[in-house]
Amino acid sequence: MKTKQEAIQTVGNVFGITAQHDQRADLSFITLENDKVVPALVHLRDVEKYVHLVMITAVDYIEDGNFQITYLLHNYINKTDIGVRTLINRDEPIMQSAHELWRQIATYQRELHEMFGITFPGSPRMEENFALEGWEGPPPMRKDFDTLQYSMKTYSNRSGRKTHDPKRYMKEQLKQDINKVYTDDKSTGDKNV
Amino acid sequence: MFELDRSKYPPNKDGKADYDIDSHKYLKLWHGPQHPGVTGNMSLELTVSGDEIIDLKTHVGYLHRGFEKLMERRKYINCFPIVCRICVPEPDTNEYLYSAAVEELSGIEIPEKAKWIRTLNLEMSRLGSFLMWLGGQAGMFGMGSVGQWCIAHRDYILDLFEEMSGARIYHMYMVPGGVRGDLPEGFGGRLEAVLQKCEKVIKDSEIVMLYNVVLQARLKGLGVITPEMVDQFGIVGPIARGSGIKRDVRKDSPYLIYDQLDFQIETEDGCDGWARLKVRFKEMKQSISLIRQIMEKMPKTGELKAKMPNPLHWKIPAGETFVRAESTRGEYGYYMVSDGSEYPRKITVRGPSYTHAMSLLEYMSVGLNLADIGGLMGTLHTYPPEIER
Repeated sequence: MKTKQEAIQTVGNVFGITAQHDQRADLSFITLENDKVVPALVHLRDVEKYVHLVMITAVDYIEDGNFQITYLLHNYINKTDIGVRTLINRDEPIMQSAHELWRQIATYQRELHEMFGITFPGSPRMEENFALEGWEGPPPMRKDFDTLQYSMKTYSNRSGRKTHDPKRYMKEQLKQDINKVYTDDKSTGDKNV
Repeated sequence: MFELDRSKYPPNKDGKADYDIDSHKYLKLWHGPQHPGVTGNMSLELTVSGDEIIDLKTHVGYLHRGFEKLMERRKYINCFPIVCRICVPEPDTNEYLYSAAVEELSGIEIPEKAKWIRTLNLEMSRLGSFLMWLGGQAGMFGMGSVGQWCIAHRDYILDLFEEMSGARIYHMYMVPGGVRGDLPEGFGGRLEAVLQKCEKVIKDSEIVMLYNVVLQARLKGLGVITPEMVDQFGIVGPIARGSGIKRDVRKDSPYLIYDQLDFQIETEDGCDGWARLKVRFKEMKQSISLIRQIMEKMPKTGELKAKMPNPLHWKIPAGETFVRAESTRGEYGYYMVSDGSEYPRKITVRGPSYTHAMSLLEYMSVGLNLADIGGLMGTLHTYPPEIER
């Protein structure tokens, strides 16, 4: 049985690792070049027995102009995880599709396409909506999509509703009732009021 | 042997029906989102030929509130009330995992007693969620009375949660750093009384369900998952264990104090809905036994919360991690990336329903009778909010 470190070393020798981060004894993250990711996933699955694809996700590093895609794999024999990371250009987000490797990958890729605008050429049902039916806007999970601004622009306040600034309102309420609260406190003996 | 005349069905190509919907021979049916036979707010777009399903597409998004996006705009402590809403019947797994990820990244070690109370909380929520599932599964096959019993008994568990945390559904009890408070006085006795009630209802349900010939005929052979499919689809939890795969996060990568408890991984090798039903019955009894063990072994006194920084100005050191726990549906996980600021860079929730209700359900439903689709969803035990987060 190979350990996680030996598996990472083999991946490094064959595909070249640009960065490695050991978070726990049973969890490491490795960064690979864009085009080496899918072959490395095949190697990890078939040779190193990282057979379980836990999830795929993307992180938006807007300041560097990159998306980081993470494929998390689990090995049921030595009970360890390896996160395979790669950076892709944020302006032209295209990544090689891995839908042939695990059956659930196509769904993850559909989600990443909708939420981040990352394209996976050849992935099935790529253009179908995942969760946002009829959405016409930028991919919403990108950091430059401002949800507050969007809702201010899209929705309006219903008339006849009274709103308060929570900070000021709470202060006013507390000042008003402060004596009352403390007398109640003494009478019941409850410190948690 | 009787051979069905399949000349009117569309030809099958690579496991998928090759049909033209404009030929007016086939019918498109929407099963859900407002349908009692659908677990949660999701809908199934079915194409049927006669009463046989030839194609299925899962649609989610009816409950999409953008939890992951909301969390990117909030400070770590403000994210905490959001996470439990990702899974309504079993919010505690989310609370625990969020807190565990935050604690790991910021290097906080929680006190021993808090670990015991957290485990108790998780097992209680597992039992409640299983009872809710059992009610749904029985209801899908026309046994409404089992559903009534189970939901009523889940309510007793919710009463205990209310006593423990002040809230019935979203407890927000396992805060980063430990738990919010100690167990109330006399809690153990009341918990034991509820466990005895639950034991009785589980036994009654077993008699009603496992000896029911109609249920047996409908569940046996429904939704067959072979052991080879488990890794292909990323199947976890009781569904994998129903196919004879001995995997359980609580045993494989023990968290909290699961390594100090005595339990076995429950499996069945029928690979179908019937096997999964039996696995879940066993796991309910296992949860009851675990709760009793925890109450017996838990230290009576001890700290409940570690020393924490001011939550309003709380910066978490840069890093990324993934933590996992066993929910009633299987492996549940949180992936958290921090950039060293007061706000999380990215939090991704890995819910087990993501694969079960999407790719697996779409694959397994082809060729199924229309009347069985609700039951099949039931055997997969799906909760849609964890798909669309």
